[in-house]
Amino acid sequence: MSEKVKLSINNKEIECDKDLTILYAAKSVGVNIPTICFHDNCTANALCRICVVEVKGARTLIPSCVAKVSDGMEIETHNQRVNLSRKTILEMMLSTTDLSQSPEILEMADEYGANHDRFSDAERRSPQLIDDNSMFVRDYDKCILCWRCVQVCAEDAQYAFAINFKGRGYHTQISTFYEKPLPETSCVFCGQCIGVCPTEALKPKRQWLLELGYESEQIMQMTRNERNKKTKRPQTTQES
Amino acid sequence: MNTITNNPIKTTCPFCGVGCNLELHVKDNFIYKVTAPFDSVVNKGNLCVKGRFGYDFIYNKRRVLNPLIRKVDQKPVARSQSFNLDEWREVTWDEALDYSAKRMVEIYKRDGSDALAVYCCAKATNEDNYLLQKMFRALFRTNNVDHCTRLCHAGSVVALQKAIGSAAMSNTASEIMDTDVFIVTGSNTTETHPIISIQMKAAIEKRGAKLIVVDPRRIEMVNFATLWLAERPGSDVAVFSGMAHVILSENLYNKKFVDDRTENFEIFRKSMEKFTPEYVENISGVDREKIIQAARLYANADRAAIYWALGISQSTHGTDNAHSLINLALLTGHVGRHGTGLNPLRGQNNVQGASDAGAMPWHYPGYLEVDDEHSALIFEKAWNIEPGGLNRNKGLTTTEILSNAHPGGVRSLYIMGENPMMTEPNLNKAHRHMQELEFVVCQDLFINESGAYADVFLPATTFAEKDGTFTNTDRRVQRVRKAIKPLGNSRPDWEIICDLAKRIEKLLGRPNSSHWDYQNPEEIMDEFGSVVPSYRGINYKRIEKTGLQTPVDDENHPGTPFLYADSFPLGKAKFYPLDYKTIDEQADSQFPLILNTGRVLEHWHGGTLTRNSWIDDLFPQALVEINPFDAEKYKINHLDVVKVNSRRGEIVLRADVTAKTIPGVVFIPFHFAEAAANFLTNDALDPEALIPEFKACAVKIEKVSEDHLPNNLLYQTRGRY
Repeated sequence: MSEKVKLSINNKEIECDKDLTILYAAKSVGVNIPTICFHDNCTANALCRICVVEVKGARTLIPSCVAKVSDGMEIETHNQRVNLSRKTILEMMLSTTDLSQSPEILEMADEYGANHDRFSDAERRSPQLIDDNSMFVRDYDKCILCWRCVQVCAEDAQYAFAINFKGRGYHTQISTFYEKPLPETSCVFCGQCIGVCPTEALKPKRQWLLELGYESEQIMQMTRNERNKKTKRPQTTQES
Repeated sequence: MNTITNNPIKTTCPFCGVGCNLELHVKDNFIYKVTAPFDSVVNKGNLCVKGRFGYDFIYNKRRVLNPLIRKVDQKPVARSQSFNLDEWREVTWDEALDYSAKRMVEIYKRDGSDALAVYCCAKATNEDNYLLQKMFRALFRTNNVDHCTRLCHAGSVVALQKAIGSAAMSNTASEIMDTDVFIVTGSNTTETHPIISIQMKAAIEKRGAKLIVVDPRRIEMVNFATLWLAERPGSDVAVFSGMAHVILSENLYNKKFVDDRTENFEIFRKSMEKFTPEYVENISGVDREKIIQAARLYANADRAAIYWALGISQSTHGTDNAHSLINLALLTGHVGRHGTGLNPLRGQNNVQGASDAGAMPWHYPGYLEVDDEHSALIFEKAWNIEPGGLNRNKGLTTTEILSNAHPGGVRSLYIMGENPMMTEPNLNKAHRHMQELEFVVCQDLFINESGAYADVFLPATTFAEKDGTFTNTDRRVQRVRKAIKPLGNSRPDWEIICDLAKRIEKLLGRPNSSHWDYQNPEEIMDEFGSVVPSYRGINYKRIEKTGLQTPVDDENHPGTPFLYADSFPLGKAKFYPLDYKTIDEQADSQFPLILNTGRVLEHWHGGTLTRNSWIDDLFPQALVEINPFDAEKYKINHLDVVKVNSRRGEIVLRADVTAKTIPGVVFIPFHFAEAAANFLTNDALDPEALIPEFKACAVKIEKVSEDHLPNNLLYQTRGRY
């Protein structure tokens, strides 16, 4: 038996395993903290900050997906400060990213009363869709940089290391090394990345074609050349 | 753009033996996406390229959706291949089945039961295979029933049966996470069992497990290995016996386990005396120090396991190779506990199940021997057959069925889902045998290289259009579910078999029906469970969410994650003394290189599925891997077109100059009909298991001009290992 700690979540005293994160401790007593970048099968990385909670005595809000519980902690998961922070994060996401195929995030935005036009003068991130193979497309217009795809491509599942962040700050995007087309990278097309993508930025090609309005018959009649288009490079790349 | 949402249908992957759980997402009978449930105990949300994207063969325009009969009658010896639909007549199911029944019954009445033979299918369900072997045994009274296990793990199966009494993988693949040291040999795990390989990688990277790779190829797992023993092809017995020699001479063996649970130790010990590290280094080319290190690492581990595949079994001494591994496990007691084991990785999704279902010439369902009177009586009772009715003689194996295709031998061959004209060794000879047959029925999705020889083509459904069960490599029986309506006039295999069996029964005038009126595959499984004790506790309700691992003795039994905890099926396990034998065809001055064959990640065996999938775009043509040292010697540059010859045939393909293969050995994947590696391979057999030596034959290689290339595609650059 591992050691237990006592703490309070939303003024309710609880006792739990000392190795739990705040997120799981809350879950164990039925308190649901919203998450976006977090996934049970990926290493928690505290990137999106939607899971922040207020811990009494802490200067900043604490990401509950990575922070462990400790004895005597007093945690509030849904107070005004926390909710405002979540709302702002959602508003920033809405202003920069196409979330039209992320029903869970849109629902969260409604729940927190996020204003879709809060940052109406913000510059949208709209990189061109990358269609460089006949397995799946990468539409980083929809990417919220949750990092899960990079993690499952690396130590969280596949050990293929085909993708990672490129660029800095606002220009950050998931990319292959030197923006090479996927078939020329160490990608093994396992599609673990598609399995964990929360926004449909990564999509199997036949699903994408179907959604574009092609009939299944038409899709299956495509020739090798039609379905296996050569790389459309992302806009940020200079043609050399 | 419209987003599509719906409830996916859960099923089991039809490709390799891992048995990944899939969710098929369907719109208007079109599967547009496959995902994996994260709560699956088998694949935990992960898939490989085949499971994730490789299902579109279902909708390929070349798929046959109507029963066909050849327009021109085929005569023995002059039988020809027709890939073109114009040479076939579309017929009704009634006509196709009546005609097939009539021809087979004519042959049976004229030449007797030995004239008929059937290839069952390790891709089809347990239910399909059970019925097909039952049809041939109960109606035609023949044991000429086999499937591709003969070309696959026959060596391992025979050795495991002799030494332990059961041939299945002893432990569960996911136990690798609790293993301290494991050996991977003759398995390119990252490409052939990708989901097991990512568990292996995690065991190494996250849990600190140590890996020993014994393989003539520098496979991707070598990147994760503590030791790589780059043996010469065919020297497995020497390497593993060398390890046993070190373990014995350094007294590292598990004396208690040897005393309590094994037999034949002294005679085995004596046979190991000559395998000194120096002797083994001479034979295998493996540094003696590495053999000593590997032996210590394996023997001293708390929990050590061995994972192997066809590099061990596909040899003229495949049975001995497997014995050398079993000896090691028995010597160290690394079997019968969690995280250890003797783990032959089964290739096909349902090769374990097809074997359990009796799709083999020497065994009834549940491995009861056909030449055992008591076993025969059990099945005569179960199948409503007069006492003495079943054939008591062992049938012919896969390779024997073809080599006996001549007057007085096999006249009619029924092929369900296999493609022997790609997967048999020495294909030129196999083609000549196929042409000798009098009547051929193929039940498949596409007119492949074998189906092209058929008189009648019966269009079956894919895994997504039928219900049933597959049994994966770690003996887990899992549901296959119908997700879409069968395309065209295709029908599920079990329905085709029942419909045909009823017609045969009528023509034979057999008074006692052995029962072919199943309403659904669930009823077939219930019958299967009633005759196979290890499946007794399996029913569809119990495996609705998670599959159970056989043996499942009764309906409350929880299944068996690992075998042999307390005893072996034989009681005590047996050591086998071994001697080193060379490969059948050594390299010489005329054919100076050894050819190794195998698979690539993107393709599946004979290619019927993946060459008809968009996956083919990722790996569209055959390549021969050649070491830079040999490439320089034969003046071959990367991607040059080369001709590879053996004493039996020749193929033309591009060269991939890579250190993945060791000097003196070239490697060709066998999926590509236009450059089929099996035109070159040697059909010499292991004397006990009758498995051919696919993994080693002598070849020569020479550069030829581009216009010799059969399919003039540009090379698709691939960056993966």
